[in-house]
Amino acid sequence: MATISRPLPGQVARPKASTGLWRDAFGRLRKNRLAILGLVLVFLLLMAGIFGPIIAPWPYQYQDLKAVAAAGGGPLPPGSPGHLLGTDQLGRDLLSRLLDGARISVTVALVVQLVILVIGVPIGALAGWFGGRLDNLLMRLTDVIYAFPDLLFIILLSVAFRDTLLGQAVDGLLLVFVAIGLTSWVTVTRLVRGQLLALKETEFVEAARAIGVSDSRIVTRHLLPNGMGPIIVAVTLGIPGAILAEATLAYIGIGVRAPRASWGTLVAEGQKFIRSEPHLVLFPAIFIALALIGFTFLGDGLRDALDPKLKGKQ
Amino acid sequence: MISYLARRILWIIPVLFAVSVITFYLMHAVPGGPWDREKRLPAAVQARLNAEYGLDQPLYVQYIDWVGGFVQGDLGPSYRYQDRRVNDIVADGFGTTFQLGIMAFVVAVVIGIPLGIVAALGHNRPPDYLSTSVSIIGIATPSFVLAILLVIVFSVQLRWFPTGGWKGPETWVLPTLALAGFPIAVIARYTRASMLEVTRKDYIRTAQSKGLQRGAVVSRHMVRNALIPVVTILGPTLAFLVTGSFIIERIFNIPGVGQFYLSSISTRDYSLLMAMTMLYAFAVAFLNVVVDVLYAYIDPRIRYS
Repeated sequence: MATISRPLPGQVARPKASTGLWRDAFGRLRKNRLAILGLVLVFLLLMAGIFGPIIAPWPYQYQDLKAVAAAGGGPLPPGSPGHLLGTDQLGRDLLSRLLDGARISVTVALVVQLVILVIGVPIGALAGWFGGRLDNLLMRLTDVIYAFPDLLFIILLSVAFRDTLLGQAVDGLLLVFVAIGLTSWVTVTRLVRGQLLALKETEFVEAARAIGVSDSRIVTRHLLPNGMGPIIVAVTLGIPGAILAEATLAYIGIGVRAPRASWGTLVAEGQKFIRSEPHLVLFPAIFIALALIGFTFLGDGLRDALDPKLKGKQ
Repeated sequence: MISYLARRILWIIPVLFAVSVITFYLMHAVPGGPWDREKRLPAAVQARLNAEYGLDQPLYVQYIDWVGGFVQGDLGPSYRYQDRRVNDIVADGFGTTFQLGIMAFVVAVVIGIPLGIVAALGHNRPPDYLSTSVSIIGIATPSFVLAILLVIVFSVQLRWFPTGGWKGPETWVLPTLALAGFPIAVIARYTRASMLEVTRKDYIRTAQSKGLQRGAVVSRHMVRNALIPVVTILGPTLAFLVTGSFIIERIFNIPGVGQFYLSSISTRDYSLLMAMTMLYAFAVAFLNVVVDVLYAYIDPRIRYS
C-alpha cells in the first residue's frame, strides 16, 4: 500500500475551488428553462408594477366618454384607436387598468410575504430554539390559525376594520394584505422551527456554543442563514397563493376600492359583458395566469436549485 | 394508537374554542348590527329586538349563552331569516355543499393521480409535457375564471349544460369541474414529483434487476410508495373543497351553505356566521386528523404514540 501518497506534514492537498451554495444554486437555476421563464415573467411583472403607471397610455381612472359615445355606447373592442386592448363601458382604458392592477399584484406579492416573514420567522425561531413548553404552546397556536377558515377570517377582518385608518390605507388594500398575511404565516413558522431543530444539533453550532457565542447570535448568524434556502422557496411559492387570494377577494368585491381595480375586480366587471366583449374577462385572466405561472415556476426552480439532496447531481 | 387518536380528537375542542372566541369578538367589532335595513327601524323597536335576542347583554354573557346553546346542538335563531333556526338553514344547504365538495374531490383524485403517474413514467417526453401543461393551466386559472370560461364554452356556445341551478346531474358537471381544476393540478404535480423521487430508490433497482416486469414494478413498488406523501395533501384539499366552494356556488346559483358565508357577514347575522365558522373550522381540524390516521395506516413505517 505504499503507492497511496499521503500529503506530508506541511504539504496540504490543495482543496478544490469552492463555489459556494448560492453560486452553485444559481448555476443550476440558470440551466432550468422553466425557472428562467418564471424569472422573466416575474421580472416583467415587477417592471409593470413599478413603471406601469408611467408607461400606461391613460390614467387608470380616466373615462374616454367621447370615444365610447362615438362608438355607440358600450365597451370599445381591442385595437381601437388610442386603446390597444379596448375599454370598459365607461371608456376606461383596459391596458392602463391592467398595468395599475400589476402594481397591486406586485404589492400583494411583497407586502404579504413581508408580514409572513415578520410574524412567522421569529415565532418559528423561538419554538425551534427553546423547544419544550414554549415550543408546545406556539405549535398549538399554529394549530388554531391553521384550522381557521382563511377566507372567512380575511373577509371578517376586512369588514370589521374597513372604516379605521388601517382600512383606508392604500385604497383599502393594506388591510387585505395584512389579513392575508395573518392567516398564512403558519407554513413558514413550521418550516423555520423544523430547520432550527435539525440545525441546532449540528457540530458547527456546538462549536460556536463552545467558544461562548450568545444564543441570539447563534440563531441569527448561524442557524437562520443556513436554513435560508427552504424559507426562500416557501416565500416564493407562497406568492401565487397571496395573489390568488387578493384577486378572489377583489372578485367578490372586498379589498381595493373604486376607481382602482385589481385584476379580480376587472374580471368581475367584465363578466357583465362576457357575451359581447369577452376580452374584458380574458385579458385580466391572462395577466393573473402569467403572474401565477411566473412565481410558481421560479419557486419550483429555486427549490430544485437549493435542494441539498440534489447537490452534486446534474 | 388509540390514545394518540383520542388526544388528537380531544385537541379539536380547544381549537374550536379559540376560533369561536376570536370570531365572536371580531364579529361584534364590525360596525352596525343585524337590524340595519334600508329604512331605519325606530330606536325603541331596535332596543326591544336587542332585548329579545339578548344583544343588550355584555359580550361575554352573550358568548356564554352562545356556547351553552352550541354544546347542546342549538345554533340559535337567525337574525336575518327571522322565522328560521340556524340549525335548519345549515341542514338545508350543507348536503348540497358537501356533495359538491366530495364530487370535486373525487374528480380531482381520479384525474390528478393518473395524470401525475403518466407524467413521471414519460418523464421529459410528450406525456409529461401534456400532463404538465394541464397542471399549469389548473394552477394559473382561478376557480372563478375557470367557472366563467366553462359557462361561456359549454353553456352559452355549445349549450351542453345549463348555466346554473342544482337540479340533477347535468347541473352538477360545470360547478364540479370549475371547483376541481385547481386541486387536479396540485395533486398531479405532487404525484409526479413523488413518483420521480421513488424512481431513484434502491428497491426499485432491486425489483428491476430481479427481472420483474415493468408493469409490476410500477404498480406494486413505485405507485404504492409514491402515493404515501400524496395522501398528506388530500386532507387539506378536501377541506379546501368543502369550505371553499362559496364562490362557485355564487356563480352557478347553487343553494348550498356557501352563500351564507358572505351574506351572514354583510347582514351581521351573528348566529349564522358563528355556525358557518364552526362548521368550517371543524371540517378542517377533523379532516387533518383523518389524514394523519390514514397516513399511519398506509405507511407501516409511521407509528404514533
